[in-house]
Amino acid sequence: MRQFFTFVSKEFRHVFRDRKTMLMLFGLPIAQILLFGFALTNEIKDSKIAILDLAKDPASRAIIEKIASSDQFEIASSLQSQAGIEETFKKGSSNLVLVFPVNFNEDLLGQNSVQIQVIADASDPNEANTLTNYINFIVASYQREELVTEAIPLQIITEIRMLYNPELKGATNFVPGVMALVLMLVCTLMTSVSIVREKENGTMEILLVSPMNPFLVIVSKAIPYFILSLVNLTVILLLSIFLLDMPFNGSYFLFYFESSLLIIAALSLGLLISTSTNSQQAAMLISLMGMLVPTMLLTGFMFPLENMPVPLQLISDIIPSRWYYIIAKSIMIKGLGFAAIWKETLILFSMTVFFLTISFKKFNIRLQ
Amino acid sequence: MDKIVIKTDNLTKRFGDFIAVDTITFDVKEGEIFGFLGANGAGKTTAMRMLCGLSIPSSGEASIGGFDVYREREKIKKNIGYMSQKFSLYEDLTVAENIRFFGGIYGLDSQNLKIKSQEMIQSLGLESQKNKLVASLPLGWKQKLAFSVSIIHEPKIVFLDEPTGGVDPVTRRQFWDLIYTASERGITIFVTTHYMDEAEYCNRISMMVDGKIKAMDSPANLKSQFSAESMDEVFFELARGAQRKAD
Repeated sequence: MRQFFTFVSKEFRHVFRDRKTMLMLFGLPIAQILLFGFALTNEIKDSKIAILDLAKDPASRAIIEKIASSDQFEIASSLQSQAGIEETFKKGSSNLVLVFPVNFNEDLLGQNSVQIQVIADASDPNEANTLTNYINFIVASYQREELVTEAIPLQIITEIRMLYNPELKGATNFVPGVMALVLMLVCTLMTSVSIVREKENGTMEILLVSPMNPFLVIVSKAIPYFILSLVNLTVILLLSIFLLDMPFNGSYFLFYFESSLLIIAALSLGLLISTSTNSQQAAMLISLMGMLVPTMLLTGFMFPLENMPVPLQLISDIIPSRWYYIIAKSIMIKGLGFAAIWKETLILFSMTVFFLTISFKKFNIRLQ
Repeated sequence: MDKIVIKTDNLTKRFGDFIAVDTITFDVKEGEIFGFLGANGAGKTTAMRMLCGLSIPSSGEASIGGFDVYREREKIKKNIGYMSQKFSLYEDLTVAENIRFFGGIYGLDSQNLKIKSQEMIQSLGLESQKNKLVASLPLGWKQKLAFSVSIIHEPKIVFLDEPTGGVDPVTRRQFWDLIYTASERGITIFVTTHYMDEAEYCNRISMMVDGKIKAMDSPANLKSQFSAESMDEVFFELARGAQRKAD
């Protein structure tokens, strides 16, 4: 036990004394969260909208107010005539124009059916689509709230409800992804580099000649990174809850349990990499290339897996972070319990056991 | 002084077709300074790794401190110290932290460790540097510290694999003073080296050529046997027939 504590405290010293390691350990996740949260987001905020209100009645004003108070839009100008529409697009002063027809309120109440014209600048088709969806959503919610008391005869309204993420926030999608990415990357990289460093410096031999059990060496090397990863995870979680208003609806215990599974899988991958190379650079490259790229592309948080060609989907199946991503999303956003994610957990668990077994085996062979 | 602490009998290590160490047989007595010489690639390091339990022999017998290298590796580990070719302390830890760490993994209790580390720092004259990172020490000091750390647990035998590589002659001389002091305390020294002047410091040496031991005796006897002036000449005489290229 004494050996173990001596070793673990030495390992912590290595980490805390090396600025580069510290920066990577804590700088990387924070940078990722800030980047994905504020810079690389596909949600649109405060988009400029121009309004041509030919009705100027209570219904149109109420909708305009709703739009003005939403996060997505900022009313740039009120147009006076049709002629202004073209001009506002050309000047680029707004991305969307909304036209309320004359007698909007009367027609709405009288005929039960009325049209609003939404004109979008579709030079960026994705943005135009997203913006018109936002408008649809706002108008629909107005209908639900305001017109519910009116006796509406048979009328089919497409009611859009965005479950679990009513405001269509990007954070709910990427935070679990960033967690998976950071855990995979940090754990794998840190363990492989720290073991290979001992090999490179010749201290590994000294350790192997010492009476300390080689497996204890490996375990006590992994423990600090396991603890630091949990700290890291907590930092990301706190940042995303308090800074990005990320919901957390599930059980923290379950979440940390599942995260530990991923961490152990990543640690054993790191161990595996360290047994197959002797230089820190190689270990770093393998960890970065082997972990970063597939985790980014094939976990599902950047590009939907459903749209990928079958071979890529199959490859994604063997990436542990892919399963963790599903699990983390289910727990955090949907607040689901173990019953709903046991299948993914089982897959992740088997992968962890698999990686752990072969890395221990390989390590053992190397000792001979 | 006549107790045998290292005993090998036809010890062999093969890597595929290549025979790195070919049926070597020798004894080392307690308290002896045994020089293990040979050109690069002659098989010195491989032989030493087998004796330390880092590598399992392909055939032959060997016992270290009375323990068998196949079956009692854990017991051997408790009774030996090892210093490798590469400088092998942690450069990003301080002198005191390194001593505490290696003492700790050899199972020294904290009381004992405190006394030991104080002694060691004092005898090496490192009082003013003890809280400095090892990386900031000159190489000679590092080597001396590494040696002291390798015998912190008072092993019966210490294995030194080219301990003085890249060190100036004055520091090398000081290093050998440390070795003599350890030897006087009854620690058996098993040392490999390239430097023939160092060979003269040993009680007995063996010369390895192409995986085999070609000669083994005291430096004085070897010189008269080969009617040579210095160990350099003895070495050239023996190594001339080598087939393997230096790596």
